[in-house]
Amino acid sequence: MESEEGHLKIEEKLALNKYDQDSEAHITVSKEICTACDQKPCIYACPAECFAFREEHLSFAHEGCLECGSCRIICPKGAIQWAYPRGGFGICYQYG
Amino acid sequence: MERFDAIVVGGGPAGCASAYVMAKAGLNVLLFERGKFAGAKNMWGGAFFGPQLNELIPEFWKEAPVERFVTRHVLSFMAENGSTSLDFKSTRFCAAPYNGFILLRAKFDGWMAQKVEQAGAIVAAGMRVDDLLFQEGRVSGVKVGDEEFPSDIVILADGVNSLLAKKAGLRSDFLPEDMKQGVKEVIELPRETIEQRFNLVNDEGAAIEFVGTCTRGLPGGGFLYTNKNSLSLGLVIELGSLVKSKLKASDLLEEFKHHPDISRLIEGGRTVEYSAHLIPCSGLAMMPKLATGGALVTGDAAALLLGTGLILEGANFAIASGMAAAQTALEAKEKNDFSAGSLSRYEQLLKESFVLQDLNTFRGAPAFLKNRRIYELYPELAFEIFEAIFQSDGMPRKGTLQVVKEIIKRRTSMISIVSDLWKARKAI
Ligand SMILES: Cc1cc2nc3c(=O)[nH]c(=O)nc-3n(C[C@H](O)[C@H](O)[C@H](O)COP(=O)(O)OP(=O)(O)OC[C@H]3O[C@@H](n4cnc5c(N)ncnc54)[C@H](O)[C@@H]3O)c2cc1C
Repeated sequence: MESEEGHLKIEEKLALNKYDQDSEAHITVSKEICTACDQKPCIYACPAECFAFREEHLSFAHEGCLECGSCRIICPKGAIQWAYPRGGFGICYQYG
Repeated sequence: MERFDAIVVGGGPAGCASAYVMAKAGLNVLLFERGKFAGAKNMWGGAFFGPQLNELIPEFWKEAPVERFVTRHVLSFMAENGSTSLDFKSTRFCAAPYNGFILLRAKFDGWMAQKVEQAGAIVAAGMRVDDLLFQEGRVSGVKVGDEEFPSDIVILADGVNSLLAKKAGLRSDFLPEDMKQGVKEVIELPRETIEQRFNLVNDEGAAIEFVGTCTRGLPGGGFLYTNKNSLSLGLVIELGSLVKSKLKASDLLEEFKHHPDISRLIEGGRTVEYSAHLIPCSGLAMMPKLATGGALVTGDAAALLLGTGLILEGANFAIASGMAAAQTALEAKEKNDFSAGSLSRYEQLLKESFVLQDLNTFRGAPAFLKNRRIYELYPELAFEIFEAIFQSDGMPRKGTLQVVKEIIKRRTSMISIVSDLWKARKAI
C-alpha cells in the first residue's frame, strides 16, 4: 500500500511493525509546557513522528513509539515523562 | 527470597556475554531483558566483528543465525548528481574465521540469550528492571515493580539510554550532540536478486557506507547491508544537528531511498520493518564512571563504542566489555569484596584490552567527524573532479592537475583542504 511516487508514509511504515500495545502510555507530555514551547525539537527528533503540532497544540501518540529515547534528551523544558513500556510491551522487532 | 551472585540488566551483546562468562564459571546468574525476547528491542546497521565471540563460543558462525559474511566493503561519497566510490573485495574474508558477519538483531540476540541459558543462567525476558537496591551506599540488587532481587553485583548492560547507570550515580544523560540517531528499513528481495545486484555468490555479503547528500550534509551517513533475503538500509545522523536543521530522519530516509544510486538497488523490494535507535558517538569524551560499589556499566550504557568514520564497532566492544565485567565479578567473588575499589579492576581490564586502547587511539575521531565539510563539500568536490576528468566535451583537454586545482579553487581553498587533511591524520 504505497502512496504516490512510491513514497512510504510514516503511518504506513509503522503499520508494518509488530507492537504489543499497552493501554497505558509509557511516555507522557505536559500539554501546557509543550504548547508554550517555542522550539518544539521533539517534532524533529522523533523518528516515528509521534509528536505533531496541530491547531496550536502539541499532540503526542505513544502507539508508534520505537523507544529510541531521542525525545527524552532533546526536550529542553523537562516536559516529557519518559520510561520504557512495561516489560514485554511496546515495539517487538522481528528483524532488527 | 533467592539471592543471586550476579544480576545482569539487558539481553544485548554486553549483557549476554557477561552473563555467559559468569554462568560458565559457576555463578548463580539472573539476566533481565525488558523485551518479550532478547533482541525484540534492538536494531542496528548490520556488521559484527567476530574475534571476541569466537573466543567465547568457538566457531559460533556454525550455529548462530548469520545472514552473510562481509566480503565486500564499499565506501561511497554521494553527491547530488552522482557518486564516487571505493569498492573493496577480499577472498580472505570469505573463509573461516571470517571477518565481518551480517546479522539481524532480533534473531542474533535471541540466539545469544539461548546460549546464556544453556550456560546455566536464568534469562527473565519480558521483565523491565525499574530500580536499583542500595545497602550502605552500595548497589545491592534490582527492583522489578515491587519485587526485590538482591545480588552481590549488578552488571548494567541496559544500552544507550541506561536510566539505571544514572540511578547508580555513574553517569548523567548523554547529550544530543554526542548521539547519532539511526533509522532503518528492512527491505525484502529474493536471494538471487540480491546476489546479482551486489555481485555476490553463496553467503558472501556487502557492507556499503554512504557519506554526503544522504544526510543533507549533516554529520552521519547512510548504510546498506545485504542479508540473506533482505537489505538493511538506513541512515545515522547526529541528533543535535538534525533538530537544529529542523529535519526529520524519517523524511531523509525516504529521500535516500529515492537517490538514483539506491532506488535501483532496492527496486521491487518490499519494506517489512522500520526501526530506530540511538548511538553514543563521542567515545572517551562521553565515557561515564565505569564502576561503583556493587555495580559495573558495560557496552552502549557506558558509551564503549568505536566510530572512526570508516567503521562502526559497537557489538564487539559490548561483548568485550561484558566479558571484562564478568571477569571482574569473578575476581571480586573470590575475594568476597564488591567495593568500588575492588571493582575498579574492570577499568584496568578494559585498558589492557582493545576496548580502551582503540578508543584512545581514535579519541580525536568524534570531534573530527563533526566537520560539516566532510559531508557537504568533499563528496561534491570528488564528483566534480571525476566528472571533469571523465567528460569529453569537444574542447581541448586541460592537464588533470589543472582541472583539480580549478575545481578546488572554485569550491574552497587549498589551505582549508590541507588543514582538514592534517586534522584527519591525527584523528583517524
Ligand atoms: C543504526 C545503528 C547501526 C549500528 N551498526 C553497527 C554495526 O554495524 N556494527 C556494530 O558492531 N555495531 C553497530 N551498532 C552499535 C551496536 O548496535 C551497539 O553498540 C550494541 O548493540 C551495544 O550492545 P549493548 O549490549 O551494550 O546494548 P543493547 O544492544 O542496546 O542492549 C541493551 C538491552 O538492554 C535491554 N534493557 C534496557 N533497559 C532495560 C531494563 N530497564 N530492564 C531490562 N532490560 C533492559 C534492552 O531491551 C536491550 O535488549 C549500530 C547501532 C545503531 C543504532
